[in-house]
Amino acid sequence: MNHERIVGTSVPRKEGREKVTGRARYVDDMILPDMLYGATVRSQIPRGRIGKITFDSSIAWNEFVIVSAKDIPGKNCIALIGDDQPCLTSEFVNHPEEPILLLAHPDRHMLRKAVEAVSIEYEPLPAVFTIEESERGSQVIWGADNTFKTYRIEKGDVDAVWATADYIVAGEYSTGAQEQLYIENNGMIAAFDAEQGITVWGSLQCPYYVHKALMTLCSLPAERVRVVQMETGGAFGGKEDYPSIIAGHAALLAIKSGRPVKIVYDRAEDMAATTKRHPSRTRHRTAVSKDGKILGGEIEFTIDGGAYATLSSVVLSRGAIHAGGPYYWPNVRIRAKAVATNMPPHGAFRGFGAPQSVFAMERHMDRIAQVVGLSPIELRRRNFLEPGETTTTEQTVREPIDLGKLLDRAVSLSDYHSKKERFWIENQSGTTRKGMGIAAFLHGAGFTGSGERYLSSVVGVEGCADGGVCVLVSSTEFGQGTKTVLCQIAAEALGLRYEDVTIAQPDTTQVPNSGPTVASRTVMVVGKLVESAARGIRQTLTSAGTLGESYSADEFRAACRSHIAAHGQLRSWAQYEPPPDIFWDDQNYRGEAYAAYSWAVYVAEVAIDLTTYSVSVNDFVALQEVGKVLHPVLAIGQIAGGVAQGIGFALFERVIWQKGRMQNSQMTNYIMPTSSDLPPIRVFFEELGNVHGAFGAKGIGELPMDGPAPAILNAVEDALGVRFDSIPLLPEDILEAITARSLESESDVVGEVR
Amino acid sequence: MSNSPGSCAKSEMSFTVNGERKTLVAFPMERLLDVLRQQLGLTGAKEGCGEGECGSCSVLMDGVLVNSCLVPVLQAQGTSIVTIEGLAAGRQLHALQEAFLECGGAQCGICTPGMILAACHLLSKKPEPTLEEIQEGLSGNLCRCTGYLQIFEAVARAAHYGMAQSSS
Repeated sequence: MNHERIVGTSVPRKEGREKVTGRARYVDDMILPDMLYGATVRSQIPRGRIGKITFDSSIAWNEFVIVSAKDIPGKNCIALIGDDQPCLTSEFVNHPEEPILLLAHPDRHMLRKAVEAVSIEYEPLPAVFTIEESERGSQVIWGADNTFKTYRIEKGDVDAVWATADYIVAGEYSTGAQEQLYIENNGMIAAFDAEQGITVWGSLQCPYYVHKALMTLCSLPAERVRVVQMETGGAFGGKEDYPSIIAGHAALLAIKSGRPVKIVYDRAEDMAATTKRHPSRTRHRTAVSKDGKILGGEIEFTIDGGAYATLSSVVLSRGAIHAGGPYYWPNVRIRAKAVATNMPPHGAFRGFGAPQSVFAMERHMDRIAQVVGLSPIELRRRNFLEPGETTTTEQTVREPIDLGKLLDRAVSLSDYHSKKERFWIENQSGTTRKGMGIAAFLHGAGFTGSGERYLSSVVGVEGCADGGVCVLVSSTEFGQGTKTVLCQIAAEALGLRYEDVTIAQPDTTQVPNSGPTVASRTVMVVGKLVESAARGIRQTLTSAGTLGESYSADEFRAACRSHIAAHGQLRSWAQYEPPPDIFWDDQNYRGEAYAAYSWAVYVAEVAIDLTTYSVSVNDFVALQEVGKVLHPVLAIGQIAGGVAQGIGFALFERVIWQKGRMQNSQMTNYIMPTSSDLPPIRVFFEELGNVHGAFGAKGIGELPMDGPAPAILNAVEDALGVRFDSIPLLPEDILEAITARSLESESDVVGEVR
Repeated sequence: MSNSPGSCAKSEMSFTVNGERKTLVAFPMERLLDVLRQQLGLTGAKEGCGEGECGSCSVLMDGVLVNSCLVPVLQAQGTSIVTIEGLAAGRQLHALQEAFLECGGAQCGICTPGMILAACHLLSKKPEPTLEEIQEGLSGNLCRCTGYLQIFEAVARAAHYGMAQSSS
């Protein structure tokens, strides 16, 4: 058997050659014969009743295919968790980007004018745009009380803790919406055939989510719905649920017209109409002893879900579970709530609720440190979770993590102490203020709680006629390296060369449902299944006697070829089985929330220019424990890319809303970091391994989104001595705070000594 | 922002693309991007924003880096254009393409063609760029995946190979 290790090495990206030569095929690169182009007529108001619809006579409407809710063969909803979101609304409008009609025409240039030539009368209803307005309940826009979901996590006896506290520290923190801003806009092509049913090709993360949505919408059985993922130009969560809507729209137009239909959004439509990160508000009230130990606390975590439930309940769940950070809470009560507003629904974005609640926790830790009179480092050290202790959901930490050591290493890598000393002197004069900030955090890999058990993912590995093997999964590649790493895992498990393994393009007629490509679950959960399916192939060959216990890659290929010649096929399946020691109580939100966590300490160095109030991040250290790193180049790419998005979240990216509608839906006025805006992002790993993941891997994709924003805001406070608890933090916010320095009143903080 | 062809009549024009002379009929105000992608089947140039912000539609026109979504095809008349499809010599990848593969400069790949052409343009002017010059040279091309670091590394490595000038 070949002992050369493939996992742990940076093999070439499977689809890399196609990408660097421009040959990779994205949905907009595909044109089908006789294809029409589709467009969406959306509501113009946030809330109201739809009245008369008029088609302006300047347009030759007979050339267009027009679809309304009446044309839907099945149920008018986007099936996901709940079925509250219509595919096309016909009576009521609940947000200003709600699809009402669909148009298709052979010439894509004709569509814009046609969309503008549809006028819709409304009877407007009062709308709700903020968490506070929604909570007030003067307008009930969803369910009985505007609440999509609540969770309560309760550990110990919080009510008894206040009397024993030396300090009680309170704070409120908020984060804004953030656009995923993948560079490839959303797009889908649908084709309908009366016998074969509907086929869609598109830019997407979760083929079987789209599959389920189309079955419901088109009233078709599973075998008559086919979903094919095209090369996908970035996703970050933004192509988790919305592609089901576009696929539905393209399918409806294709069914009505009998021709293939392509819908590709332009940037403005994509930014304004599709999902963004949930805006959040977190309130902390923490009881602390005089030596800086957290005794207990209450955390209230609230997110704005927008007009429909979509994924908000799951985003809320992850946010709530991560709200206590990597700290030991003997007593805690976390109350989490997702509320409705008349905004386009907010959705998945890398981190999925955790960046919001972690931002609050890590800003709050700095606040506690100030009140107690400890350094941010020392305060964190005194409260870190240790193996054997329990998390807020009473999950016992079984991993041998040493967060104190991780912190020490991050402090030393960032030269934290000597820089702080130097900045303190330098900040006495001149027009630049520099500071250092830290964030410590954890991120759970895989679906939350019983999620993986419900998903019950299946993967396959099959022998090919040429003797190589092919990995069969619905897990998608959109930049992270899914294809590469899953092939590495199969090659490693089989003792083959990386080149002996290929991976099928996700197509629901060809691959099993290995679950959605979300939640940092692909390498850990799906990878583990690929490993076991691959071993199944080997077992088949060895027990058939065609392969010895020890073999070369060429011997394997020969055995595989002869097996296929004799038996027609060689396939092995693996299905997820929950580890026996995992227990989760959905009712009380207690137990093993995640099979494994990744852990991290990030350090940011910032400089603020006092003439422009712009903040630049001058150095960034990202140190994390992520289990075994299977592909160093891809892993560094994930961390650096996530940190860059985190810097955008903290300092650049502000969605400007007006009556529920995004006003800056262009790359010109919604600003993401360019190559000139980023510091050196220095990435370091610790590798403790993990029994639940393939070859010891844990999740890595979302983790780097959690830490940058609080580390940066902590550094800004260190530099300026002014506190900011809301992101994004733009120069105008700093100017305003500094000019109105009367903010020292700090009325919201209680820091009394008992 | 798709540029509706407008009222001007279609006319014949010709230019060189990746060394081949092309003659075609198009509305003069049609975007070069659409002509490349739809008429010539060169889909390596991508539309990310349609307003010259993201750079994913970048091509070289007479050696100058342009956003092909902002160039009316009329303006391409008589020029020589290089797209990503024209960079490799047969199976032999360009040094930048190799370096992007090795360093992890391409993740989702949608910005990659434009990014590589921007790097190509940079190296043609500055064969040994400093990190700052690389940052500056690529600042018109947005990448949401990488945080740019592995792209910088790739450009530095390609420069090191010293093979950059063989391109445009």
